[in-house]
Order: sequence, then C-alpha cells, then structure tokens
Amino acid sequence: MPKKLLTTKVNGRTIEKAVEPRTLLIHFLREDCQLTGAHIGCDTSHCGACTVDIDGRSVKSCTHLAVQCEGSKILTVEGLANGAVLHAVQEGFYKEHGLQCGFCTPGMLVRAYRFLQENPSPTEAEVRLGMSGNLCRCTGYQNIVKAVLHAAAKLQQTQTQKQTEAV
Amino acid sequence: MNAPTDPKLLERSAALQGMGDSRLRKEDARFIQGKGNYVDDIKLPGMLHMDIVRSPLAHARIKRIDKSEALKLPGVIAVLTAEDLKPLKLHWMPTLAGDVAAVLADEKVHFQMQEVAVVIAEDRYAAADGVEAVQVEYEELPPVIDPFAALAPDAPVLREDLAGKTEGAHGKREHHNHIFTWEAGDKAATDAVFDKAPVTVAEHIFYPRVHPCPLETCGCVASFDAVRGELTTYITSQAPHVVRTVVSLLSGIPESKVRIISPDIGGGFGNKVGIYPGYVCAIVASIVLGKPVKWVEDRVENISTTAFARDYHMDGELAATPDGRILGLRVNVLADHGAFDACADPTKYPAGMFHICSGSYDIAAAYCNVKGVYTNKAPGGVAYRCSFRVTEAVYLIERMVDVLAQKLNIDKAEIRAKNFIRREQFPYRSAFGFEYDSGDYHTGLKKVLDACDYPTLRQEQAAKRADPSCPTLMGIGLVSFTEVVGAGPSKMCDILGVGMFDSCEIRIHPTGSAIARMGTITQGQGHQTTYAQIIATELGIPSEVIQVEEGDTSTAPYGLGTYGSRSTPVAGAAIALAARKIHAKARKVAAHLLEVGEGDLDWEIDRFKVKGDESRFKTMKDISWAAYHQPPDGLEPGLEAVHYYDPPNFTFPFGIYLCVVDIDRATGETKIRRFYALDDCGTRINPMIIEGQIHGGLTEGFAVAMGQQMPFDAQGNLLGNTLMDYFLPTAVETPHWETDHTVTPSPHHPIGAKGVAESPHVGSIPTFTSAIVDAFAHLGVTQMTMPHNSFRVWQQLKQSGVAL
Repeated sequence: MPKKLLTTKVNGRTIEKAVEPRTLLIHFLREDCQLTGAHIGCDTSHCGACTVDIDGRSVKSCTHLAVQCEGSKILTVEGLANGAVLHAVQEGFYKEHGLQCGFCTPGMLVRAYRFLQENPSPTEAEVRLGMSGNLCRCTGYQNIVKAVLHAAAKLQQTQTQKQTEAV
Repeated sequence: MNAPTDPKLLERSAALQGMGDSRLRKEDARFIQGKGNYVDDIKLPGMLHMDIVRSPLAHARIKRIDKSEALKLPGVIAVLTAEDLKPLKLHWMPTLAGDVAAVLADEKVHFQMQEVAVVIAEDRYAAADGVEAVQVEYEELPPVIDPFAALAPDAPVLREDLAGKTEGAHGKREHHNHIFTWEAGDKAATDAVFDKAPVTVAEHIFYPRVHPCPLETCGCVASFDAVRGELTTYITSQAPHVVRTVVSLLSGIPESKVRIISPDIGGGFGNKVGIYPGYVCAIVASIVLGKPVKWVEDRVENISTTAFARDYHMDGELAATPDGRILGLRVNVLADHGAFDACADPTKYPAGMFHICSGSYDIAAAYCNVKGVYTNKAPGGVAYRCSFRVTEAVYLIERMVDVLAQKLNIDKAEIRAKNFIRREQFPYRSAFGFEYDSGDYHTGLKKVLDACDYPTLRQEQAAKRADPSCPTLMGIGLVSFTEVVGAGPSKMCDILGVGMFDSCEIRIHPTGSAIARMGTITQGQGHQTTYAQIIATELGIPSEVIQVEEGDTSTAPYGLGTYGSRSTPVAGAAIALAARKIHAKARKVAAHLLEVGEGDLDWEIDRFKVKGDESRFKTMKDISWAAYHQPPDGLEPGLEAVHYYDPPNFTFPFGIYLCVVDIDRATGETKIRRFYALDDCGTRINPMIIEGQIHGGLTEGFAVAMGQQMPFDAQGNLLGNTLMDYFLPTAVETPHWETDHTVTPSPHHPIGAKGVAESPHVGSIPTFTSAIVDAFAHLGVTQMTMPHNSFRVWQQLKQSGVAL
C-alpha cells in the first residue's frame, strides 16, 4: 500500500514519517514512535485505554487514523510530566491509589489532564461524567474520582500561588 | 506480635512500612508515566505477527482450507492449519481439566470463533489481510446450544474425537455429550432429612455465562533461539510456571530451556489462567520460522473464545423447621462447559470448590451433584474473580436462604443469625467436609445492621409498600458469605499432578537491602508493595529497600500462580516462613557478634538486643554485613532462604453485605442507594490496597449482577462480543461503596491472613439479587435471573402488575 508522509508533533517533538493511510494512530504511536504508554483495550472506542490528547481534545486513538493528525499537536502520557516533576494528575493517581493493574491508567491520566482544563473545579458527579469514556476493571472508580479531585485541588493551588506571586 | 507503645519504638516500626501500613504502591511509578511493560509493548528484533482465522459457525465440518490467496499477499509469511500441526502432534492439547482441546480445528469446528488457521506476517496489518484471504469451506452441522438438550438421547454428537470413550477424567460418561458427574456430601442422609422435614423450599437458579474481560486481552511473544535450543515466551499468564511445565511437556524442549515471562499484566480475573491455542500456535510458528512471533487477540476474540465463567443451572432445596432452622441442603447442577472441558480447577475437583455451598450456616446434612456437559460454545469455566466455583456456590446458598425466609415470613437478617456457625464452633467441619478455620459472623452482621440502621430501612420499605402511589419499589439485600480460598493443600489440590504449593526466595544483600522472588504473579493486586511489607515486619528491613520480583520462570522459584485468592494465603505464608528462616540465622550471627548465647537475645522491630542491656544490640543491617564477612564458625556465609509452603488447609474469608435499591416503577431503572460491605480477611497487610481491591471486586460484582451476559441464538452465535454490548460499567453507573471490616485471623496461617480480592465479587452479586428480589418480595416473587438490567426489571414490574 503506498505510504503518505505525515508530519506531526508528539509530546513537543516533531515527527516526520511515511505511514500507510490505514495506519491507526494508536499503532503509529506505539510502533513508530515507540510510545507504548497508551494501550489497546477494545478496538471500538469504548474503553479509552488508548486516549491521547490531540490539539486540546481527548481522542481515542484506536479509531483515529494517523494521517488525520497532519500538523497536529499530540500529547500522550509520556509527555505529562515536566522532567522529573510529575503532573498533578499523576501525583493524584499515585497518592489516592487510583490504579491497580495500570492498563487503563495512561488513558485515564490523559483524559483527566484535559477534563481538568475543561472543568477546573468539578464536583464528584462531574468527575464521574467527565471520565466516563474511560473504563477501569480494577479500581471501581472511587479512588480515580478521588485522584482527579486531588489533582484539581493541586492545580487550583498552583494557580493561586502563581497569581499571588504575580501580584 | 504486639504493637509497641514507646514513641521511639513506634517511630522505628513505622519507618519499616511493614504490615498494617497503607504504604503507597511501589509499582505505580512506571504505570503513571507510561512505562509499564505489558506483552503488547514487547518488541523483539525481526518479530513477526500472528493473526487467527476463526469459524463463523458454531458446529460444522471443515471441507477444505485454501491458503493460496493469503500466501500471495505482500508480507504474509506462512499459514498454518491443523494439518501442519499434526506431524508435531500439536493439533490437540491437554486441558487443565483432563480433557483435550483442539489447538486448530481438526476436521470439525465446535464453537463460533474457534481457531481454524493462523497467518504469520511481517506486521499486524498484513496478518489481518492474510486472515481475510484464507478460504475455508464448511459443511454446517446442527448446533447444540442448550445444555439440557445436549443430553437428549438423539442429540448430535459433539465430540467425535471421544467416540467410544465411556470413561472421562472424572469417572463414567453416561452420554456422548456428558463430561462428568461429581458429588459431595451424604445423599442418603440428606434425602432422609428432606423426607421428614416439616418445611422445604426449592428454587431453580440460573447463573448466566459471563466473561472476566480484563482490559488487556490475552497474547504472547514467542521467541525460539534455534542455536541455543531455548524458547522464551512473554505471555499474559496468571500461572507462568505451570505454562512452562505444559510447554515443555508439549514441545519436548527441556523445562530448563523454556523461559516463560509474565511481564506486567493488565488484569486477569481468571481469564489468564488457561493455555490458549493462540499461545501454542505462536510458539510453534516461532520454532518453525526461527523468528519471534507476537500474537495479541482483539476484544471480540477475547470475549468470544478465551475462558468464560459460570453457566450453572442450579436446583437448590432447603429443609427446615417451621421457625427457620435449616436442617438440610440439596443441590443439583447442570454445568455448561462448552466444547472442551477447559475449566481451570484443581484436578480432583471438576466443579471446583462448589461444595462450599453450605455457606456460613451450620447445616447438618448436605448433598450436591454437578453434571458437566458439552455444548457448541467456547470452552472455559474459570473462576472469574473468585476461588473455583465459589461464586456460584455462594449465590446458590444466599438465594436459598432468602427464599426460605420469604416462605416462613422471617426477616432475612434473623434467619441468617439463627443459622450461622457460631464463633465457638470454629474450627468447624461442614457437612461437605471443609474445615472452616475461623469466623465470627454474628459480630459482623450486628455491625452492618447497626451501621445501616436496618430497622429504620425496613420501616421505610413498609411505608412505601403501603403507598400505592409511591413511584419506586424499595429493596433491601443482605448477604453473609463465606469463601474458601488459598488452594491449596497438596493432599487435596493439584494441577496436572503438581501440588498447589507456592514459594518464596529471599536474599539479603551485605548492605541490608533485599530481593525477594515468588511463584505468584501480580495483575494489579500490588504484590510488589504488600509482599515487601510482610518481609519488613518479619525481618526489620525497610520495605523501601526490598525488591519484589515475580513472573520470570528463570529467576523465580516454582509456584502455581495468582488466582483463587491464593497469593496471600499461600505465597504470603511462604514469604513469612522464608523470612523466619533468615531470622533464625540472623539470630546466630547476632549472638556471635555480641558474644552471648542465642537465648540471651531479644528481638525488637529491627534488631537483636542483649537481654537486660539496652546498649548492646545489632541491627539487621549490622547482621547482614556480618553474615557475608564474619559469620560464626560452622555457619555458611550469606543470608538467604527459600521456602515452599504447602498449606495445611484453605482459608475462609467472610463478609456481610447490605444493599438498598430503589426501582423506578415506570422504567425498571434501578438506583443503588447504598452498598455497605463488611469484610473479614483476617490479618490486614495494607489497608489501602485492601480497600482498593474491595472497591474493584464490588464493581465487578455490580457488572455481573446488573448487566453482564453472553447470550447465544439457536445457531450458536454469541450475541454481543464487543464492549458495545458486553457491560463494563463506567464511573457514572458505578455506585459509591462503603467499606468496613472485622479482623478474625486464620489460626493456621503464619501471619493470620486469609486473602481478600475476590470476596467482594463473590459477596456482592447475590447481594444485588437479594435487594432486587426483595423489592418484589411482597408480591410473591422469589427469584429473578441475572442480569437485572432495566429491561428485565421492567418486565418483572409488568408481570407483577406494578409497572407505572
């Protein structure tokens, strides 16, 4: 099958690669970019294990073609931390025991990252709805909800600190 | 071990993060940064990809397989069928249940989606193209879907390969589609009790076929090195050592040259115990082609073909006195095992531990009879987040106790309290022969009823029932379950002849850090965190410097793996006892260093000190160094130990669960108003992890009770094998869980722990049913078949004449 040149930015790094037009984004990320954080759980965009962030939207990369990402900015779980400093959502999942087998976690984290920008101070019910595109078989969600609320509080605190410093 | 009270000692003890500490998880760092290492993340140089051609029909004869078009496609390397595996004698393989299963369909297919051929190609897209291009011609045969119909005299013969075989792995076969009949208890004594009993109740209870559906599907990467004659396979297995033994037996490669690695596992729940055709084919392909071969199934394949759970048609009966004292239990089960008997049970128990079905109750006479049959469905029958068939057993007895309570008009809490095995009766020998280790059911029940203010709930329910305009039906579910886990004592339990022990090896390094390896494998349970806590408490070494490794058969000691809540009861005991061997040697080294007798030393948290002289002591760190540099005369250097633990008995965790539901009379929609779960798993190692396991188990129980099912049409088509149809709850539907506990340690376990992760699944499923049926109890309803989705509940509302 003839390949198409794809130029896209993944976790801040520009990638140029010839791909088959039928290549799914999840395969492009996992096999061409060596970013195996996002996983394949269902192939039908129900489970959300493959969730990545594309141009400010949460996208299930198992039902998205790589070539649709021409010129896009993609963020995966590998791009969340700032060097050795974990992102608030990563810290929240760790401290609130928001993961067990870890398979859904990369998708959960990337979704939580975007959700908390859509709604920086959510209620528990809003977290449950906002995270409902991502399935977890291990945790029963209760600690995931806590983890997202933990991250929300931490992000708010950081925001307040920044504002105080600016004043 | 008594907890210290001195603040300095407390500080030293806390620094270890030992047992009882809600230590944060050691494994999380890699998972939250996308650095997990699951099977599909593994990429080896030159690796090929395998995909599977599957049957669209449930029962058919294969007339012809044409590979030619597939082989012409770019990237396709090979296509293998049963004919290709025959010379290697690998077209059939033994199952864990003493049957055989086709690796690739040999002349006949026995269930929809059965493996017919495999395509090996340069990448996964080319392999999928190849699958599309393989032409298979079938001759349809009449499918047998109903297990009752399977036993009709003129039912089609499903397993032609067993023609003439009247003896199965578990005794006489009575019919061409019959697998086994297994009995427990005393039939004559039980029949006698029923003949004379003043009250009897009977109920037919169907426990539908469901699937464990872990988020990661099954798969492997097989890599055969022809030069060295070594086979390495990364695999999604809950029991890597057993896989190694089976692979060695099948392939003829010495076990020492087979290395099976279970890397990070994305959930198991029983789905990853068995050995699947995909694994075998990938291994064969790697041997034949001399290159690594990866196979990872997709979700449709996972739900359709890899091990299902349950599918038990149960007839339960209770005999009782008019005031509700249970005298006898009689159970007859028809078990649909699908096309091959591939249950993962201890070899001698074709119905697993189903005979725990006398539950938490002191029942003098009991008998059960389980009959297994073949149908044209996928094989399996695994323990979906439970110990072998315990979920079915608990469901049966808890439903039956509710049915009896309804018949006698006794409250369901009262009838349970009346029949519980009392605390002073432990160890208690059940009518089925189990010896329950410890329990305190009355205390748990009282705690739950008080916490939920049970009398007020009943009053509210009565008021609502009295009000015909009330838009909802209120139901209260109550369950008091006992599990049997930690398989198991090797005198009773083995898998293919290997006793169900487990193991631990601990090495203390000169600088006082440690590495420990076990025969189990974590799939989210947090072994790397909790196992270290056991060692920390036993040896006074901080958890933080204890490295826990599992899953690599080349480095870990042999063990039977992680399923049936056996890790803590079996491997946990091995860990404690391996640590105690090290502790005993450390005492010798300390006595030598301090120039006193061993008897002159006291152990305190992390050190041995000389009795009566606080200033003279040696910490484990000092001792570790000395063990490598100045061991006493006659003592070999080093500080390590291995322990293989063969448990003397099972452990018996228990719990009391209460659930309140409100059913919308117009839509059948059920709102879980409250779910209160009290668990007793004996000694608690990490409360945070226990609570997380309970949340997860309750949620899986919720899924089973309220939405999961694998329905088949008359042709054997599975109607719903994607996550579009198969119910996995999201955060929105999942209820809020309230957890509580009591602690009744196991007297025979070195640290008193019983295992916990499966209790919430086992216990919650009948609790939901108990609540839903309770909502209709005043209308005479005694039984509703799961799943209790809105449509089914609405049908019941209509049938009972209370739909709005």
